[in-house]
Amino acid sequence: MSKEHKLFLRKQKKDKYKMYICQLLIFIIFIIAWQILTDLKIIDSFIISSPKNIIKTIYQLYSSNNLFIHIYTTIYETIISFIISMLLGIIVASILWYFPFISKVVEPYLTVINSLPKVALGPIILIWFGATTTSIIIMAILISSIVLMINIYNGFMSIDETKIKLIKSLTKSRTKLFYYLIFPGNIPNIISNLKICISMSLIGIIMGEFLVSKKGIGYLIMYGSQVFNLDLVMSGVILLCIVATTLYYLVYYIEKRYEKTTH
Amino acid sequence: MNNILSIKNITKTYHTMKDEIKAIKDISLDVNEGDFIAIVGPSGCGKSTLLSILNKQEEPTSGAIDYHNRIIGYMLQEDALFDWLNVLDNCLLGLRITNQLTKENKQYVIDLLNKYGLGDFINSYPNNLSGGMRKRVALIRTLAIKPDILLMDEPFSALDFQSRLNISNDVYNILKNENKTMILVTHDISEAITLCSKVIVLSIRPSHIKQIYNITYDQELSPIERRNSHLFNEYYNLIWKEIDHE
Repeated sequence: MSKEHKLFLRKQKKDKYKMYICQLLIFIIFIIAWQILTDLKIIDSFIISSPKNIIKTIYQLYSSNNLFIHIYTTIYETIISFIISMLLGIIVASILWYFPFISKVVEPYLTVINSLPKVALGPIILIWFGATTTSIIIMAILISSIVLMINIYNGFMSIDETKIKLIKSLTKSRTKLFYYLIFPGNIPNIISNLKICISMSLIGIIMGEFLVSKKGIGYLIMYGSQVFNLDLVMSGVILLCIVATTLYYLVYYIEKRYEKTTH
Repeated sequence: MNNILSIKNITKTYHTMKDEIKAIKDISLDVNEGDFIAIVGPSGCGKSTLLSILNKQEEPTSGAIDYHNRIIGYMLQEDALFDWLNVLDNCLLGLRITNQLTKENKQYVIDLLNKYGLGDFINSYPNNLSGGMRKRVALIRTLAIKPDILLMDEPFSALDFQSRLNISNDVYNILKNENKTMILVTHDISEAITLCSKVIVLSIRPSHIKQIYNITYDQELSPIERRNSHLFNEYYNLIWKEIDHE
């Protein structure tokens, strides 16, 4: 290794550490400033809460054995809706690809459903399925699966024309075309949609929990705001940040694992 | 000479919402075993349409083709390798799709890969191959189903000039070696007259056969060497004049 290269690597490393330190500093300064400003009564901890109160609230939740129930409920519901949405997305996209006529027929309907803000359906779902976990999950599936269907279908349709020609020169079977080209060629696209799906599912679950629930992080936030306990609301938001990031990185990790196997 | 492909009075008309386009008007052609035939013509003259018909991807509006029970292989302009499959799996694709993946056929493909310098790359993915190697993989993928006749649709036009000469030379040698028959569609006259023994000039749309040239050189020359022959220029000018220029 040449001297220049060593210097270059050292500089790269240094820049990286600098970045980490800055990121950490921003977080620490923010927390400290928040705490000090509330201690000095410059900002009102009753409506903005404070780091100390948040930690206290989370600890109380923990000692009353409720913390993990709420986190678990939200994660569990999110994963269920994530899996169902993914399957629905892939299956519906496959059907639409396989039968071009069907896809032409349902296109305007999909557009309508896609542009409709799904929260508007919340009350209807509530009436149909009652104040149950099912309602929450259906809400989330509605929010995430439509986008997935459209994204995955577009992926199916944008496979390189010359590759299709190649397969068609070997077989007339559309099933084989799907099996050998359309689906495997779309795995990277499907995997990148996993990230969209997990975020959308979480959004849907929180929406659902806002509408109807007795546990979950969405419930904590909603309940906190109803009884004007901002400590609880803020705690809920912080927990949600942690859950969202964890789920996102879980999917990100799966994606990286997949990339490693093909390159 | 053994006739292995007879094209009889092919016509093709396309219909669009606005009008109908006559792409091919009455083309007849006999192909013999071992022929290297080039089809040249002005752009948009229906060369690729003719290939699609020969490849059974499109039906001719009228006319008939007799394949004499020969197998057709098709090679495209782009190599169209699947980047999620390694070299071997890419080459076995045709066999898998046509349900012919036997031990012997697999060994045949592996032998071809070894023979043409890809033996060390059997487990590599296409992204790690050079343009020339990708072309050879694409060719071996086409050869895997043991076609008698290879249809090539501008197979070299996506390459830069330098690699184009080398790769077309490679492909020529491989096909000669394996005793294949080739029908090459190209817009490049120099490619046509260095690789093929027969050049068919098509007219503008609706295209028909304007002229057929038999290309012979004084001695056994490789495609690259042929470019230096005095006959190369003669053929080039002859054919260039024959092609309709708009």
